[in-house]
Amino acid sequence: MKKKFPFSILIAGGIIGLAAIALTLLGNPANMGFCIACFERDIAGALGLHSAAKVQYLRPEIPGLVIGAFLAAVIGKEFKPRSGSSPVIRFLLGAVVMIGALVFLGCPLRMVLRLAGGDLNALVALLGFVPGIAVGVWFLNRGFTLRRAYPAAKTEGGAFPVVMLALMALALLVPSIFKASTEGPGSMHASAIIAFAIAIVAGMAAQKARLCMVGGFRDLILFRDGHLLYGFGAIFVVVLIGNLIFSKFHLGFASQPVAHSAHIWNFLGMALVGWGSVLLGGCPLRQLVLAGEGNSDSAVTVFGMICGAALSHNFSLAGAAASADSAGGIGPNGKIAVAICIVVLLAVSVLYTFHKKEAAK
Amino acid sequence: MIDARGLVCPMPVVMARNAIRDEKPAALEIMVDNRAAVENLTRFGTHSGYQVASEAQGEDYLVRMTK
Repeated sequence: MKKKFPFSILIAGGIIGLAAIALTLLGNPANMGFCIACFERDIAGALGLHSAAKVQYLRPEIPGLVIGAFLAAVIGKEFKPRSGSSPVIRFLLGAVVMIGALVFLGCPLRMVLRLAGGDLNALVALLGFVPGIAVGVWFLNRGFTLRRAYPAAKTEGGAFPVVMLALMALALLVPSIFKASTEGPGSMHASAIIAFAIAIVAGMAAQKARLCMVGGFRDLILFRDGHLLYGFGAIFVVVLIGNLIFSKFHLGFASQPVAHSAHIWNFLGMALVGWGSVLLGGCPLRQLVLAGEGNSDSAVTVFGMICGAALSHNFSLAGAAASADSAGGIGPNGKIAVAICIVVLLAVSVLYTFHKKEAAK
Repeated sequence: MIDARGLVCPMPVVMARNAIRDEKPAALEIMVDNRAAVENLTRFGTHSGYQVASEAQGEDYLVRMTK
């Protein structure tokens, strides 16, 4: 049968890429038009869950993506509240994924944006990301599942989008109640209302196309289906062109924005993200979209990620960006945390794979 | 029939693939509860040489793969 041309995923990737370029031009940090991990970390800071002064801001992109996905799901009659698929384990996995992402300083989406900006540290991360996904797929092939979710009340499925909308309303009406960085990445942002509007469009596109930064490599390894990789590729190409047009492409390892060159830790950080995201069924962006569709388990995962971000900064686990004074990198706590996270992922993978009688229940 | 309701991707496709690998059926039916799973199963079934059809059944979807 003739293969269908992947219009929707290419268009969605293109929209996300354009949105990322626009947000960077409008004030977001370089190579950070979108970064689900960084933005949830900034929100954790805005809420006072950590006190790293440079990364506190109620990023409108996160509520925007969720509301966009929610609207697209409602319009497309795909809003289906579901819950009950190992929520505590998902919370834990969300925290692990966040710790890994903040070691590298970016989620898989920002990894693509960094690659498109010429940051070769992101290439090292990609080299860890893919084997991390392969490890997750190895367990999927042997029966790994976090079990079923079940239909839930509309109030349960709608609670997360409503919370996001309420946060956004507060951020617009009484921004002073939130902590906000006066220097560093948290102080660099596009206008809140414009960022919110752009993210709504991006969220709608991501929902319609099932965009997932992990799913592409996962499906390629699992079924030789590269459909979702078109989205990954479209974002890369569009942002690369944008960076070349606006002279924001700088090839190399050194002097990259909000990045460090601790290669082993970039590799391991994103390996954790790849492995954990496969166990969760999608990347951090996909978790936001699923939460917008009414999936409470994904909402719990996002809460886990926000908690992971707070842990990362309260216990000095996150990578430090290189600067004129410092090479940045990972401190001893971060290295220990990566080791612990590998053990956690291994334990969850093994425990939820080798219980075959219960696996599909 | 495979009941993959309540499972997010890629689990419905993994279950279908395992059934095809182990039993090599001429026809296969999978019940799912989200359209993303229908799309993924359609792509997978087509790649695997099956004719794929799907229909809504209440809140769920029945995906049929036939040789």
